[in-house]
Amino acid sequence: MWEQIRSNRIKSIFLVAAMAGVLLVIGFFIGMAFFGNPLAGLIVALIIWGIMSLVAYFQGDNIFLSISKARKIERDDNPRLYNIVEEMKIASGLAHMPDIYIIDDPAMNAFATGRNPEKAAVAVTSGLLQKLNRDELQGVIGHEMAHINNRDVLLMTMCGVLLGAIVMISWYVTHMLFWGGMSGRRGSGGGGGQAQIILLLVGIVLMILAPILAQLIYFAISRKREYLADASSAQYTRYPEGLASALEKLGGSTAQLQTANKALAPMYITNPFRKKGMAASDLSSTHPPISERVRILRSMGGASFADYNNAYASVHQSGGSAIPASALAGTGAIGLRAASSEGAVGNPGKLERTREVSDLMWRKNNYKTINCGCGTKLRVPPNVKKFTIKCPHCGTTHTV
Amino acid sequence: MVVGIVIAAIVVVILIGLIVIYNGLIRLRNQMKNAWSQIDVQLKRRHDLIPNLVETVKGYASHERETLEAVTNARNQAQGAVGKGVGVQAQAEGALGGALSRLLAVAEAYPDLKANQNFLALQEELTSTENKIAFSRQFYNDAVLGYNNKTQMFPSNVIAGMFSFKEGEFFELEAPAEREVPKVSF
Repeated sequence: MWEQIRSNRIKSIFLVAAMAGVLLVIGFFIGMAFFGNPLAGLIVALIIWGIMSLVAYFQGDNIFLSISKARKIERDDNPRLYNIVEEMKIASGLAHMPDIYIIDDPAMNAFATGRNPEKAAVAVTSGLLQKLNRDELQGVIGHEMAHINNRDVLLMTMCGVLLGAIVMISWYVTHMLFWGGMSGRRGSGGGGGQAQIILLLVGIVLMILAPILAQLIYFAISRKREYLADASSAQYTRYPEGLASALEKLGGSTAQLQTANKALAPMYITNPFRKKGMAASDLSSTHPPISERVRILRSMGGASFADYNNAYASVHQSGGSAIPASALAGTGAIGLRAASSEGAVGNPGKLERTREVSDLMWRKNNYKTINCGCGTKLRVPPNVKKFTIKCPHCGTTHTV
Repeated sequence: MVVGIVIAAIVVVILIGLIVIYNGLIRLRNQMKNAWSQIDVQLKRRHDLIPNLVETVKGYASHERETLEAVTNARNQAQGAVGKGVGVQAQAEGALGGALSRLLAVAEAYPDLKANQNFLALQEELTSTENKIAFSRQFYNDAVLGYNNKTQMFPSNVIAGMFSFKEGEFFELEAPAEREVPKVSF
């Protein structure tokens, strides 16, 4: 496990450096085009990137959680979810219990955030909590814990920031070049004209290519992370079928997450963006296709990284490897466990889960619940000033 | 002069190697100890939950006395085994796990008990504690494997021998008869 984190770090540094290179090329060009001095452009690009990185590093998790409208829950709000997170914390060997957040949204999704394992948080949507059984939820939480444990969160945040900086700078520069080039530069005319136009063309091409290139690097990093997190989840839970069937449910659902943000798409367990009404299955680019992830998980013979890697190779006929070689070395065979039965105690069925989650969401929205003697549950909105309320079924009057 | 420098350089390299290997062993051993304390926490939690569970079940299924007593006895034995070594503890916990799963299987036959909120909450706790024991055991055994590999493989085994790093003991609950989940038929 530790080797894998180390090898991740080296590979990540390389990819981040590649993205930073793209940023610097842009800065260099801006300097030449606008300031007449490449160095000035470099400095401007670096300052923009630096500020964005600092904000993301110190406030990234808060920003992410608040734009997702995620709310923190305590142990008593949903003991099952809390317990599952704690189980996965133990299995992954993390030292700190992450905070747990819930997003009131019928779409099924989950993400992990926080700049280091000590300050980590996992968030799940209420739809996820409602539709997944214990084994499936365990698989999803295992996947998120793997992101925390593999230090993916910080890496993806920083890459996202880099990508954001590149996209932002090149968007402005393209516009300035285009309009500025059309009107302002033409007047200067004269001998420099030829060179100006060439510079302009190179600039426009560069500004169009840079964001695409950066995005490709970003997605390359993000996909590798997804495979690794799937493999880690299978290893933690010893039960790849749980995650596989959870992914299948996620892929089959058509509800779209209301609060998702394009720049943050790679942070979710499945890509929250797709065409309206279509299934999430294979349209994503930040994530490997869901059907493929499911097939890999389903063809695992054991729960170790080596088993995942073999399954990966057999699903991709061409072979290849999803796991860094250093992480494969020295791990023994790991067997699978049996499924726990849905509907049994500690593993409530669909109906109970739906009740449990809707109760939780009402409570989180500060609604008061009155249990009437006839079995009806009355929800009282937080701003109600009236002191009595009548049960619509049996007519009993309750005082608020 | 040159020979002196070469010898000094070799000595320094060997020394650095020794320190790195020694520190690596310490790190792995601490990791193993830490993993063990995780198991300990969960086992203690399990012991604490059982009296509560037994009381709740008694209220609905008092004539299952044999099963209830078996659980209480197994729990007391498991508690007595704390600190007596990994092997002894593993055996006692294995027996307790068996008794517990028999009790939970018995509980399936009492609809009133199954509907009791207190029992449901306890069940969630117990299910999760069993899972946590399994997961912490899994993590501990991985840590032991890593540590044992280091103490047995060359060259770290030399240093392990010099500073008497003892091999870690796996925590195995595989007393097969005890671990078998009883089948319930209606």
